[in-house]
Amino acid sequence: MFHREAGVFKTSYAADMALFPLPIAQWSVAGVAALFIVVVPLTFSEYYVSLLNLVLIAIVGALGLNILVGNTGQVSIGQGAFMSVGAYTAANLITRLGMPFWVAIPAGGLMAAFVGLIVGIPSLRIKGIYLAIATLAAQLIIEWTINHVQWISGGVQASIEIPRPSVFGIVLKHEVQIYLFLMFFVVLALVATLNLVRSRIGRAFVAIRDQDIAAEIIGINIFRYKLYAFAISSFYAGVAGVLESYYLGIANYEQFQIDVSIDYLAMVIIGGLGSVLGSVLGAVFVTLLPIATRWFLDAFGGLIFSHADLLNVVPNLRLVIFGALIIFFLVVEPEGLNRLWRNIRTYFRVWPFSY
Amino acid sequence: MTVLSRGMAGLAAGVAAGLMLASAAVAQPKEILIGDQCDRTGPTQIVGTVLCPAMQDYYKLINSQGGVDGWMIRGDEIDNQYQVPPAIEAYQRQKQMGVVMMTLYGTPQTVALNQRLEQDKMPTTSPGFGIAAAADGTRFPYLFPIAATYWSQAAGAVKFAKDKLGGSLKGKKIAYVYYDNPAGKEPMPILDSLQKSEGFQLRTFAVPPPGVEMGAQILDITQRYHPDFVIMHLFGRSPSVAIKGLKGAGYPLTHVIGLVWASAEADIKAAGGWGVAEGYNTLQFAGAGDNYPVRQQIKAMYKKEGKEPPATMDDTVVYNRGLLQAAIQVEAIKNALKISGGQKPTGPQVKQGLEQIHDFTLGGLVPPLQITPADHEGGGWVRIFQVHDGKFVAETDWFRAYRDVVEHAVKTAEVD
Repeated sequence: MFHREAGVFKTSYAADMALFPLPIAQWSVAGVAALFIVVVPLTFSEYYVSLLNLVLIAIVGALGLNILVGNTGQVSIGQGAFMSVGAYTAANLITRLGMPFWVAIPAGGLMAAFVGLIVGIPSLRIKGIYLAIATLAAQLIIEWTINHVQWISGGVQASIEIPRPSVFGIVLKHEVQIYLFLMFFVVLALVATLNLVRSRIGRAFVAIRDQDIAAEIIGINIFRYKLYAFAISSFYAGVAGVLESYYLGIANYEQFQIDVSIDYLAMVIIGGLGSVLGSVLGAVFVTLLPIATRWFLDAFGGLIFSHADLLNVVPNLRLVIFGALIIFFLVVEPEGLNRLWRNIRTYFRVWPFSY
Repeated sequence: MTVLSRGMAGLAAGVAAGLMLASAAVAQPKEILIGDQCDRTGPTQIVGTVLCPAMQDYYKLINSQGGVDGWMIRGDEIDNQYQVPPAIEAYQRQKQMGVVMMTLYGTPQTVALNQRLEQDKMPTTSPGFGIAAAADGTRFPYLFPIAATYWSQAAGAVKFAKDKLGGSLKGKKIAYVYYDNPAGKEPMPILDSLQKSEGFQLRTFAVPPPGVEMGAQILDITQRYHPDFVIMHLFGRSPSVAIKGLKGAGYPLTHVIGLVWASAEADIKAAGGWGVAEGYNTLQFAGAGDNYPVRQQIKAMYKKEGKEPPATMDDTVVYNRGLLQAAIQVEAIKNALKISGGQKPTGPQVKQGLEQIHDFTLGGLVPPLQITPADHEGGGWVRIFQVHDGKFVAETDWFRAYRDVVEHAVKTAEVD
């Protein structure tokens, strides 16, 4: 994280693979955790907590997509559709069978993983941009199915209202309660991902990404691991879809359309492919940047424009600034925000004696 | 004291004075804040770029006449780009700003926020959007469609077809062309039950989004099905494609009716102009055209400022809908101020204010709404305007149709 790692000499594989390279890292992780789990809910106003809730949901989805796109190198434009599979599975379980959240969330994830597995089958034969088109087809097919099969979608509206989750008999109504609820799953997802990428499976993913023929020759069953990647990634997407439905109180197919898939792809690319911290940074960036640009324009736009013009200018200028900033960050550091962060860290690690 | 520090002291004093002036200027007027979600960008910007300025124009008009009982009205506007997460953010932000009521834009956004409205007691209008079942104020206490829902619109369109086809639909054929999304499919239960009671034959034609290509559907309708009447429920660019296509296939546009989102000047122009669309019927929940006193007042307001009236006013259909939305809000606040005794009204008081809106017509632009605690739709009034000689001409008066069918559907709708 942000420590100086002077005098770190790794002498065993176990030390190299350890989650925390330094003992002090545990304390800084604990500090960050305390900040977000104790300080933020106690001090932030409802509005800011609601923003964080949107970010938390995006983090789960981005982590999943990054396993597929970043670690395994399989491009997918179907994230939104996998989220909707999870959302509708959970919504049906909750409304028809009265299932609690601890059944609905894994069930939504598993169903999405199953669908992801099927969508992943073409990945053995097709790669790169062609695979992207295949996942795009999956996105459209799943969208169409939910829109037209009323057994799944619960009526022509294709939206199923679901009650708030209740934990130990407490119905989670307030933003702060939902924040902690979401945070629990984000922590789970983070820990799971950090461990996954250091495991045998994670290393197999990276081998496939870097050179799939070489990976096959050293004995990695490519077909199986590619399908694992699709299933695991879709599992995260499904969970994110259920969490979003719980947060909104409704599963609605229009909130999982193709623009959502593209947003998630943008998150992992801007954040940094194949990096856990990158997924988090990307989710924060893509979710909050449009909001932050509006704060900026609301605060300073009045100096240049009249009120009536301002109302016209703000939404459009926001899009321009959003696009420009994405280009800016990618030009400054094509490997994403994660790399940018590491560059800054490396610079300060030896500062002021950089030579 | 050195010159420099004296200069600094002077600067500091100047800044302090400026800040005091600024805060005095902010604190002075009594202001009521309304939260509007609108989208001047995104897929439905064709509507938003006219609708949002219209609402702001109406607030400005009210404020230029002294506001409502001394309270100035300010509409805070946030663009949700027709997406759900920005709509959530906008809702929370406006709630934090202390708005007394909101207007939402878009069906997915409305359903996503529905639970929160009730929890936060935030009276909210969603004209032309949202689930039709929201007309039931006992089940959706804080959501007000205030304009004819898709169900009432479908009923109105069938009634119009019936009158046009000589008073009976027995054995007639009606084609329903719809945008293949939840909003497009929403009127179907009403059409289905009317098909049985009126004895007409109904066939549906789905147009997949974005609906810019519908040659197959047009051929199917005009060459194979030969309907007596066509009801169109399309959005965005697709209405113009349909109008052009039906005209090209020789189908009489006098036997075609478009529901509210296929009914604006922009659709007529995109179809190739008023000449092409001659005879096309449009269904409206706010009056179309320029001939209303409130529009003249707004023009006069601009003239007084030495400005030309904005070009958005020429898109009368959408602009007038914006006026309707804003006027209903202001009227509700006027009622709420009576309840609160001149204090800044609370959410439940504004809700009561909305429920007291009766026969507020704004010179004919607004239908004779009767909003009650049970009926948040206000009766489901619609009016048909026909394209004739380069403008929209009223073909009927305000009317409502098949209320028993619609009300039954509202009562028995599954809450979803």
